[in-house]
Amino acid sequence: MTTQAILQKLPFAPPFLFVDGLDYIDSEKVQGYFTFREDMDCYKGHFKGYPVTPGVLLTEVMAQTGLVCLGIYLLGDEVLAENMTFGLTSTEIAFLRPVFPGEKVTVYAEKVYFRFGKLKCRVTLKNEAQQDVCSGTIAGMIISKPHE
Amino acid sequence: MDKETLITQLREIVKPYAKNEEALLNINENTDFVNDLKINSANLVDVILDVEEQFNIVIDNESMERMLNVKSAIEIIEAKLGAQ
Repeated sequence: MTTQAILQKLPFAPPFLFVDGLDYIDSEKVQGYFTFREDMDCYKGHFKGYPVTPGVLLTEVMAQTGLVCLGIYLLGDEVLAENMTFGLTSTEIAFLRPVFPGEKVTVYAEKVYFRFGKLKCRVTLKNEAQQDVCSGTIAGMIISKPHE
Repeated sequence: MDKETLITQLREIVKPYAKNEEALLNINENTDFVNDLKINSANLVDVILDVEEQFNIVIDNESMERMLNVKSAIEIIEAKLGAQ
């Protein structure tokens, strides 16, 4: 599957699309990137007068590339039923450095396992200086949409 | 391997994921992973992968869907071990 096809299959749209592109993907690992634009809404309030990227958004970047992009790749031609979707099931992440407005981050995710519809990955996010920004383990699962 | 030994091993496997400590303490053949131990469905996958590792067996999709309580887990483990 081409990276373009994966990006087109992503179930996200702005303002909650946190993948700009993928550098590499195979069935074991994925590398992708995202730039936090200075005009993003979150910086107006996090924090007052001192804009820093919220950890939840760093987590989201890791999840959208490490779990959803890799998940779509691993599913291949298998089509998800209309009532099924991806659900984030657990995160265990250490946050090491701040990410400021305008910074580009790169996700490095490595599959721990993909079994019974659950994908677990070791993920590290790096900044442009190649320093670790955050790192840990995240998992997600194919689930039925609870409100349908 | 007798049932008691199996149940003791299962207790250790489910321990990190069980949210109900009393049910874990009183684990027996009739214990349900979800309703009694309060293991969430995502962690049920981890339980099954840990069972595979502990007993050196492979659990297929069909068995996975049945493995919701101690009784069926024992049945599946015994069947897989017997088939080896």
